[in-house]
Amino acid sequence: MDKYIHTPLKEEEIAELKAGDFVFITGTIYTARDAAHKRMYEALRKKEELPIELKNNIIYYMGPSPAKEGQVIGSAGPTTSSRMDKYTPELIDLGLKGMIGKGRRSDQVREAIIKRKAVYFAAIGGAGALLSKCIISSQVIAYEDLGTEAIRKLEVKNFPVIVVIDSEGNNLY
Amino acid sequence: MREVDISEITKEIKEMCIQANYVLSSDMQTKLEDAVQKEESSLGIKILKQLEENLKIAESEQIPICQDTGMTVIFIKIGQEVHIINGDLEEGIQKGVREGYQEGYLRKSVVNDPILRENTKDNTPAVIHYEIIKGDKIEITVAPKGFGSENMSRIFMLKPADGIEGVKEAVLTSVREAGPNACPPMVIGVGIGGTFEKCALLAKKALTRDLNKSFSYPYPYIKELEEELLKKINELGIGPGGLGGTQTAFAVNIETYPTHIAGLPVAVNICCHVNRHITRII
Repeated sequence: MDKYIHTPLKEEEIAELKAGDFVFITGTIYTARDAAHKRMYEALRKKEELPIELKNNIIYYMGPSPAKEGQVIGSAGPTTSSRMDKYTPELIDLGLKGMIGKGRRSDQVREAIIKRKAVYFAAIGGAGALLSKCIISSQVIAYEDLGTEAIRKLEVKNFPVIVVIDSEGNNLY
Repeated sequence: MREVDISEITKEIKEMCIQANYVLSSDMQTKLEDAVQKEESSLGIKILKQLEENLKIAESEQIPICQDTGMTVIFIKIGQEVHIINGDLEEGIQKGVREGYQEGYLRKSVVNDPILRENTKDNTPAVIHYEIIKGDKIEITVAPKGFGSENMSRIFMLKPADGIEGVKEAVLTSVREAGPNACPPMVIGVGIGGTFEKCALLAKKALTRDLNKSFSYPYPYIKELEEELLKKINELGIGPGGLGGTQTAFAVNIETYPTHIAGLPVAVNICCHVNRHITRII
């Protein structure tokens, strides 16, 4: 069924999301993919602060194509989530509640999702032009030197995703 | 000798990089339309219609269909009667890619070294496959390849005794493992025969086949194998977006080559639904 949620996420809201639900997200989300995850992981090893607040927030695994003049962002669809699996359980332990990507997750990620009552969403892979229409602002806030892999703060409106792994560990794939 | 100025090659490649990323070739668009008709899952139909909508937005607004605008794979067939003038061919090709990715606002997704991983910031170098053919024309195919599906591709060095059943198992195993990661509906390029690297190249080339044109199969079993594999893949139930359904693949394209008495190499190159390929002749 279709559900509408706002960020930051609330525990009772997450509990109601079930694998297979269509969800429209509104609010602030953050982008991070391979290189940004590696940097955040290294920062944590050095006991440094992360550039984004993870608590109750959502990370979108995405690296956009460049925006043309007058555009908020270029094409902006999800990348394959499994490459972030190595880093994800630790981020969930630090309060991350939602992830948007595509494809399967490891058992460790699924266990962390159950333990911390988080949720994994899929956006439609390869629909980057369509998804870009739901992004109303985009700002690079960390690791600018990584180009497309920099961390961006996005404001999204009714961003369409599907619940793949819900907070009880039910898996749609 | 027919003379071709290098600047002409650069210009064509630049345009083709942009065009391939904004507009899907008509053969792939037709496959998507067919899939909407054939899909049995309502969720699958919903996703396929969003993919159609995505193509329309990309074309009308001239933005990339997918943010992963790929590593640029180029097949260039050069007639042996052609003399390329006013510059170096390799540099002329890379220049076309560089300009295309910059002027087309395409994502720069190439790193300088697989371990050091510093972005080259212009999507070069492209992967270029040269072929010398007869005649005085140059045929260029540009196929930007996304890595969600590239990462799910496989190579198998089967034994001759594994035969056609072994080939089927290799393809089905690859597709099953790729599942939702490869952005289905997929196109499956299969190379059979040759050597280790030759069969991988055949699989890549198979992805660039224009499905609107008739293909001359060297042996009738190849067409039958394509049809059987497509049916079996669609019976796996992976479906659009990997969320279940009957439309897991648009096509299975198989290319073969003679091989060694001891071997049966099989390469499975998987492409997502954004199977970009464009060919021009100079």
